[in-house]
Amino acid sequence: MKTLAFICSSSIPVIIFIIIALGLIKKIAVFDAFCIGAKEGLKTSVSIITPIIGLMSGIAMLRASGALDALTYLIAPLTRLIGLNENLLPLALLRPISGSGSIGIVTELVNHFGADSALSKTACVMAGSTETTFYTLAVYFGAVGIKKTRHSVTAALLTDVASVVISLIVCNIFFGR
Amino acid sequence: MLNYIWSFMILISIIFAMINGRLDVLATQALDASKDAVSMIISLSGAMCFWSGMLKIAEQGGLTRALAKFLKPLTRLLFPSVPSNSDAAGAIISNMSANMLGMGNAATPFGIKAMQELDILNRHSPYASDAMCMFVVINTASIQLIPTTMIALLSGAGANNPFDIILPTLISSFTSLIFGALLCSALSHTSKSPPLKRGVK
Repeated sequence: MKTLAFICSSSIPVIIFIIIALGLIKKIAVFDAFCIGAKEGLKTSVSIITPIIGLMSGIAMLRASGALDALTYLIAPLTRLIGLNENLLPLALLRPISGSGSIGIVTELVNHFGADSALSKTACVMAGSTETTFYTLAVYFGAVGIKKTRHSVTAALLTDVASVVISLIVCNIFFGR
Repeated sequence: MLNYIWSFMILISIIFAMINGRLDVLATQALDASKDAVSMIISLSGAMCFWSGMLKIAEQGGLTRALAKFLKPLTRLLFPSVPSNSDAAGAIISNMSANMLGMGNAATPFGIKAMQELDILNRHSPYASDAMCMFVVINTASIQLIPTTMIALLSGAGANNPFDIILPTLISSFTSLIFGALLCSALSHTSKSPPLKRGVK
């Protein structure tokens, strides 16, 4: 698994090579395109600053006050069942509701536990492998005025639960404990 | 929604801090966290810009179209009721390829277009069609080939190898996508079917 991960990360320069070479072959203004994209990236970064400040200070307060301990003690039997670390619980709960919020939680975890810890990596995988379910449901069904969403909400939420469990299993294999 | 959750978080923290006698550290912790948030964003925005720039080149270079060709058989399997040469199928494919490239801003307009086309196929019924449910569930479990934000976040925090989350993220999101698709098609037989039977052909 370690070698697999190594191959995957060393493939990044190759991907970059292919992207740029392909752009040159297709006669694209490669650097201009890069700058346009980078500007969009910067816009995204700026737009997530304020929600992240809000959520990170909220989580820090939850942790400092001892409320997080109480909450995790309450839900502990459930989280132990699927092997979820109690520090990942707020992320699992908030991920379907808020995209920028969960980035805030992951940021806080990475800051608190270090960027190379298995916990931080697991948090990244958990946050990276699903979408903001409620936002997606609201935008898409709202766009065409669907009132009866039938089985979609159940399916989407169960998929989120499955995604948490699957992320945990996969990260246990990759990053160990 | 987030308004309530966030307020609840803060209020419950203050109440617990009172009980536990930690009121003194609470405000400093909150302010420290906001300071950390800003420095974190500054250190991740470089990598964020880099990847967005790269993906823009890929997009203009036709990678989106190449992905679309690859996705076509998959859409036929997932949306049996949608004719494969229809506008709906085109929009679904564009949405999925934009999602795979992590272009959330581009994926949403395509997704809305797809929903509108599916709505026409569904004769504007207030009940979601099977295809609509499948489309939305797939979008909520979307696959991103390179999880750019998370990589940027880890590299900003000084991780030795921020790229080692790519493979686990891919495996996990792909597996949950399959789970979601199977679950959605299984549930579509059990959930109350729309009374307007003249919907999708």
